Amino acid sequence: MAEYFPILLFAAIAVAIAIAMSAIPWLVNRPRYGKAKMSAYESGFEAFDTARRTFDVRFYLVAILFIVFDLEVAFLFPWAMVIKEISWFGFWSMMAFLAVLTIGFIYEWKKGALEWE
Amino acid sequence: MLNLYLTNILTPDNLWYLFITVLFILLIAVPVLIGMAMLTWFERKILGWMHLRHGPMYVGPFGLLQPFADAIKLMFKEPFLPDASSKFMYLLAPILIFVPALIAWAVIPMSETSQGVWVLANINLGVLYLLAISSLGVYGILMAGWASNSKYPFLGAVRSGAQMVSYEVSMGLIILSVILLSGSMNLTDIVHAQQGLWFFIPAFPAFVMFLVSILAETNRHPFDLPEAEAELVAGYNTEYSAMGFALFFLGEYIAMITMSAFTTLLFLGGWLPPLNVAPFTWVPGILWFALKVLAILFFMIWVRGTFPRYRYDQLMRLGWKIFLPLSLIWLIITATCVKLHSENGVQPPAPADVKALDQSSEANPVSLGQAA
Repeated sequence: MAEYFPILLFAAIAVAIAIAMSAIPWLVNRPRYGKAKMSAYESGFEAFDTARRTFDVRFYLVAILFIVFDLEVAFLFPWAMVIKEISWFGFWSMMAFLAVLTIGFIYEWKKGALEWE
Repeated sequence: MLNLYLTNILTPDNLWYLFITVLFILLIAVPVLIGMAMLTWFERKILGWMHLRHGPMYVGPFGLLQPFADAIKLMFKEPFLPDASSKFMYLLAPILIFVPALIAWAVIPMSETSQGVWVLANINLGVLYLLAISSLGVYGILMAGWASNSKYPFLGAVRSGAQMVSYEVSMGLIILSVILLSGSMNLTDIVHAQQGLWFFIPAFPAFVMFLVSILAETNRHPFDLPEAEAELVAGYNTEYSAMGFALFFLGEYIAMITMSAFTTLLFLGGWLPPLNVAPFTWVPGILWFALKVLAILFFMIWVRGTFPRYRYDQLMRLGWKIFLPLSLIWLIITATCVKLHSENGVQPPAPADVKALDQSSEANPVSLGQAA
């Protein structure tokens, strides 16, 4: 674990640099309040309504698909590390897993989950 | 009690170790930050020449000081908090983009000398760490878009989030095929495995897909939909000014350098010279590394100067319907080849690898594992 301590320290220093940098403009400028300046930018118009509205469900669908496939990738990492040592049984088990996943992928495709029209 | 605890922790040895580690961190962070500044100059200059313009040329020789002038200008710009914004998240978002981009450099090995490898933390899970850290950037973008409570930033943020996660899947699969070839997740070992043959030759399709994926992953042209200025003004950073705005750019450009370095390590042999013969081996490894990173950065800018922007549905189609199946097929092909190769009498050098790994981490002055 000793190898990870420099990373922790690096993260701490990076956070310190980021906070220091974002603090500079607040220290050297006197913020002046302006109603138009503080309102949401909408190409010069008054904001029509709130930005906290519904948005396209396909973005949500992409997030769900991502979770499925990214977990699968995470699942493949240990297998990829030891592929030379494991038996053919180990090799084919993962292939079976990938086949199941491919069937799921084809199903998604046919159902139109990947369409952006 | 506390006193005793402190005297145990703050021994001269530990303090010295802390001092050296901080020194090494600054030795990495400062050149990365300066490199990022120079990258903005490089991009503007190259784009300028591609447009038959001069690019920045007034501040300093050849406009070299332009990025620093920009930085100072942004420091003295007026910061503000939009009334409708979620204040805490609004201030936190730029930091959340900048920090992961910078700390990715903790595991990137830049050169190797007889004393050891130039890397801060020579961890065994280097590839996984880079993959995890680089995907953290999406939180900052989503948070910025949400906290601004404005329509353009919000649209930019959801677009960017969907885009980054889409390409991350195929990137993960491509990285897996490299891990299959090298048999290790340690970045130094991956470079060592390319001693005879850089991986971009046997894994050429993966290399091409990876190059395109890093453009999408860093929100670069032609996939810069999140900040498509013609339709979304500036995307997720519309409501930001001054240093908050600058931190987004810092994060984005550092991510570009990080991804180029990652590509160099995975496919272009890291710091290894192209041929292991006399005139090439005289050049220090760090220069080869910098040259390869610069070549990929040039490619990214070249693409920006050449290609029109994708439409969003085309972008998602490329990610999910083309790259995902292709990288999956490529992974299966690589896995089969590696497995067949290891079965056909060629014994994998597994114990030797483990030994080499131990030696490299012992001989490594920068990793500092033993001093703790």
